[in-house]
Amino acid sequence: MSTATANDVANDIASDVRNSNNKSMGVMLVKSLPDALRKFDPRNMWHNPVMFIVWVGAAFLTLLAVAQLFSPDDLSHGQPVYFTWIIAIVLWFTVLFANLAEAVAEGRGKAQADALRKTRTTTPAHRVVCYDAENDPDVRGPEKGHGPSSIVEVPSSDLKLGDVVVVEAGDLIPGDGDIISGIASVDESAITGESAPVIRESGGDRSAVTGGTRVLSDRIIVRITQKPGESFVDKMIALVEGANRQKTPNEIALDVLLSSLTIIFLIVVLCINPQASAVGASVSLTVLIALLVCLIPTTIGALLSAIGIAGMDRLVQRNVLATSGRAIEAAGDVTTLLLDKTGTITYGNRQASNFHTLPGVDHDEIVRAAALSSLTDSTPEGQSIVDLARKEGMELDDIEGAKAVPFTAETRMSGLDLPTGERIRKGATSAIEHWVSEEGAGIGQEVLDAMHDRVESVSNAGGTPLVVAEQGANGVVRILGVVQLKDVVKKGLRERFADMRAMGIRTVMVTGDNPLTAAAIAKEAGVDDFIAEAKPEDKLAYIKREQSKGQLVAMTGDGTNDAPALAQSDVGVAMNSGTSAAKEAGNMVDLDSDPTKLIDIVQIGKQLLITRGALTTFSIANDIAKYFAIIPAMFMEQFPGLGVLNVMGLHSSLSAVLSAIIFNAIIIVLLIPLALKGVKYRAKSSEKILGRNLSIYGLGGIVVPFVGIWIIDLFVRLIPGF
Amino acid sequence: MVYLYAVLAFALIASILAVMYKPLGDYMYGVFTSKDDLFFERWIYRIIGVASDKEQTWKAYLRGVLGFSLMSVLVLYLLQRVQHWLPFSLGFPNVEGPLAFNTAASFVTNTNWQSYSPDVTLGYTVQFAGLAVQNFVSAAVGIAVAIALVRGFARRRSDTIGNFWVDLTRCTMRILLPISIVMAIILMALGVAQNFAGFVDVHTVAGGSQTIMQGPVASQEVIKELGTNGGGFFNANSSHPYENPNMWTNLIEILLMLCIPVALTRTFGRMVGNVRQGYALLGAMTTLFAVGFLAVVTAESFSNDPITGLTGGSMEGKEDRFGIVWSGLFGTTSTGTSTGAVNSMHDSYTALGGMVYMVNMMLGEVSPGGVGSGLYSILVMAVVAVFIAGLMVGRTPEYLGKKIGPREMKMASLYFLVMPVTVVVGVALSFALPFARQSVFDTSLANSGNHGFSEVVYAFVSAANNNGSAFAGLTADTPWLDTALGVAVLLGRFVPIVLVVALAGSLAKQDVVPQTSGTMRTDNRLFVFLLVFVIFIISALTFFPTLALGPLAEGLVA
Repeated sequence: MSTATANDVANDIASDVRNSNNKSMGVMLVKSLPDALRKFDPRNMWHNPVMFIVWVGAAFLTLLAVAQLFSPDDLSHGQPVYFTWIIAIVLWFTVLFANLAEAVAEGRGKAQADALRKTRTTTPAHRVVCYDAENDPDVRGPEKGHGPSSIVEVPSSDLKLGDVVVVEAGDLIPGDGDIISGIASVDESAITGESAPVIRESGGDRSAVTGGTRVLSDRIIVRITQKPGESFVDKMIALVEGANRQKTPNEIALDVLLSSLTIIFLIVVLCINPQASAVGASVSLTVLIALLVCLIPTTIGALLSAIGIAGMDRLVQRNVLATSGRAIEAAGDVTTLLLDKTGTITYGNRQASNFHTLPGVDHDEIVRAAALSSLTDSTPEGQSIVDLARKEGMELDDIEGAKAVPFTAETRMSGLDLPTGERIRKGATSAIEHWVSEEGAGIGQEVLDAMHDRVESVSNAGGTPLVVAEQGANGVVRILGVVQLKDVVKKGLRERFADMRAMGIRTVMVTGDNPLTAAAIAKEAGVDDFIAEAKPEDKLAYIKREQSKGQLVAMTGDGTNDAPALAQSDVGVAMNSGTSAAKEAGNMVDLDSDPTKLIDIVQIGKQLLITRGALTTFSIANDIAKYFAIIPAMFMEQFPGLGVLNVMGLHSSLSAVLSAIIFNAIIIVLLIPLALKGVKYRAKSSEKILGRNLSIYGLGGIVVPFVGIWIIDLFVRLIPGF
Repeated sequence: MVYLYAVLAFALIASILAVMYKPLGDYMYGVFTSKDDLFFERWIYRIIGVASDKEQTWKAYLRGVLGFSLMSVLVLYLLQRVQHWLPFSLGFPNVEGPLAFNTAASFVTNTNWQSYSPDVTLGYTVQFAGLAVQNFVSAAVGIAVAIALVRGFARRRSDTIGNFWVDLTRCTMRILLPISIVMAIILMALGVAQNFAGFVDVHTVAGGSQTIMQGPVASQEVIKELGTNGGGFFNANSSHPYENPNMWTNLIEILLMLCIPVALTRTFGRMVGNVRQGYALLGAMTTLFAVGFLAVVTAESFSNDPITGLTGGSMEGKEDRFGIVWSGLFGTTSTGTSTGAVNSMHDSYTALGGMVYMVNMMLGEVSPGGVGSGLYSILVMAVVAVFIAGLMVGRTPEYLGKKIGPREMKMASLYFLVMPVTVVVGVALSFALPFARQSVFDTSLANSGNHGFSEVVYAFVSAANNNGSAFAGLTADTPWLDTALGVAVLLGRFVPIVLVVALAGSLAKQDVVPQTSGTMRTDNRLFVFLLVFVIFIISALTFFPTLALGPLAEGLVA
């Protein structure tokens, strides 16, 4: 803090502002002008007490200025008549700038809302009458000997909660719902912006579809889960437009502080003339109102709602929808992150990393067997085994007449039957053991022990063991060894988790793996804790336990059985690909279904709060300089000693007041980009963040207006009469 | 040279306080957390009908505070109104209504503003049974409220914040009384008067004759300082040789004023389970105190007045036996602790030196503040500081694990609104209401211009902060000032108390958020700096215009 010179501070602010300044800002300001003008309605201004005071002050001064035209001697207090006019105009501009900030913030959401609105056009829907789930789940119709159901065409706007519709390839899905029968590829680009189609199918966690998206192939039966006019898209539009935006608890608390400061300054200013009368001085109404506007926290008052809207908007930019601003704030407060292992911490697919042979087995033998059995296996795991074998120098050719044995849930293994009669199998330990004993081979306890030994060491290292066994042409069954499949931790996550730790956030990995495997991966990824062999109720229990310790928990989820945990968590991010139950339960939806984004969401929440705090500090710190401009201006003539306080060397009383009030207005416009973009945020300890922001916005808040007012005064003094 | 002397004096006081910090703070921690009642306390509880093991909700606690205080005001008012018929009245008549109200309000609120001249107004009975009792219990009320607020921070998911009657009794019986008894004996040994001799006529060296009031001074003197009350036995207060005869008594009196407010930060730290949190508050208090002290020494030693150049400083209104440094230290202590005792006449200070004393009070009495009130004041300011700066670390602001939400912010914001508004409105009305203006100009003000204005400002600042010291050039015993200042002391005392106890209630209900590296630290130097800055900026912004018209216009030379 102490090392930061005024110069550094100025540079820092400049760079913060520059970074946040996008080129189209000027254009956006102009575009938002009509909306900003509409906001002058006092019924609208009333919601912002700080700016309402400015509005009233401007209106009053305008009336005063008019009155002065008729009776200049009585009302002008010895100041030129146009002085009041100029101050009044600057005040109107101050209000305009505040309205502009809000309008620009809202404008960014509007464009998005318009795009969404297009998807909401009424489409014909094929509603099923008398849906019969038992006999005719696919709605083939009575004419084909099925149930009594029939299809009628209705406008999508007439669909009610619980209606069942049929959607064919090429149709728009008429409303939000769950697929109850069928599978289809769906183009969701209208909502997510992602052009690659996604698969949606009944049952399971990929059953939710959104109204306005298009079915590309196949035919699905959808049960509508929305009420008319309350679709997901409707909610999105309302959110991004900021319609019925509610103040968050933190905004309310800040409002309370700002209102109190406003009340104090209002009373202080009202009491100036009575006090001054004690020493035979008095101050003109124009100057008093200018002082009041300078003192009340107009900077933050003008930008507060823009900051909130912009925070919401930043989430939307990242394709995350929050159901309320409150959820974003809660994200900033999160202290525990629950992250699913697969897909979030590790890539969805495991990679073969090692072959472990059992005693008496040649290394090449297991490599060959494992690779052969994987040749026809198109899964990434299978391919990685082949790749690894090739890397170890094994040459592999397709074998004529070999028959692939695919993986089934029952056998839990896959393999290959060779024309020679050889059979190769690979699978989970217990499955292979089962197969071996079923084939009637007497495997020695030693071999089994050796196998368990390998399996355990693979698990300990965080890998998944895949046991490979072979039945020779002569019918002898042998266990060859163990292939080690490894979870691959996503790149850069370790560093991000370290950042999280610095920010005071614990990361917890949730996995279905056994505790040994889980511990190894947890260590590799650098998470603070893990839940192994996790069932959905474990997640819920963990969240409750954390919350009872006062922690705030965030999680992602997509399945119906995630819903209770999503609802319990403080920030529950549902994947858009998930079920509608999950989406209902969470307070955010990630349209990209990227669980890693949880980390971004936390940062956006923090950034929002930081921006609010930084501009509040800046706004309050500004007052010092304004006092040093206006107080000498008010009383210097009568008490020359107060000239000592005119440290900026401002030209005259009038120029001092005008410069201060102009600075007060201009700073709002200058800070709009920062309010919209947010203060730069780096994951660091609270102390470093606070130190940095205090030196920029606290110290800067004191220094900048001294310089700014001084510069403005250099120009204002050129106005004749000032 | 004067700075070396000042620094040494400061260091002497600081090191003595450092030695007693832990024992006294820990002792008070024991007093307020112990489960056991002493035998005489049990008698008291039986008489007043209190179940000492039953805790109170914030509303019940508040009813206790307000009910007790209201009763105190009534009793004290009545005592004065009938004093002529009471024993040991020294023949003084009954006190007039407005003055009796002013005095009652002033002593019950721990202000001890004296619109009357004690030597010629009050008899022994009122002094003892009325004022002295209030000196103890009003101090105890302040400490009790502070402890209730600390419990709010320390507890989790609790509906109660302690028992007011128990806190009041224990604070009086276990803290204030024992220290007072011991210290009164020491002060007597050092030459402070203690007798019931009434008026004594003496012949002066110059051959004239003088009537000098005597009385039980030492016993009053201790609690006057210890309870940060400030109401002197004599009009001249601690500059009177019977109250404060020499350097040693002066040193002890300064220490008495500071010891409880300072050590309470330790008690606070112990109760919230982290003594470093207490150090941080103490750090902020000490910083404000040190800056104020050095400022006043500077203003008094280096003024532009040619006479001060000859005498080595502005000695008007100061006792030779204390000089600039010890007068400045006493004054800084007295205005920084809401005591209001004086060993020099603040009205006679240079304009800027007098302003320093005003600023000490305008900061909200937090350097280190009155007994109890200093702690709760600075805790509320800490809440405000945490709220503004806490946002900047990207979390909903929290202090000591308690989230600062809309409700907490409402209490804190109203809190810092009350005092400044009372002051500026009070001063403004004094000059805006025609009858008040006339009364102030015709009767109250001896000085005209900026200095006269400063006297009125000082009176309202002192009243609203429950300090009680005065720019004594002002004649305050007029219907307008008696009433207005009486109202100011009541507003300045009880509105904040209501808010603080309500805040305690809402904090106690909350759970505690565990501390992580993402939490804003409130026990390090950065926070001390921040807290000082927030306290300073809020009062500076509020009072700048007032100060500009008063001491700044008077003292600054272009």
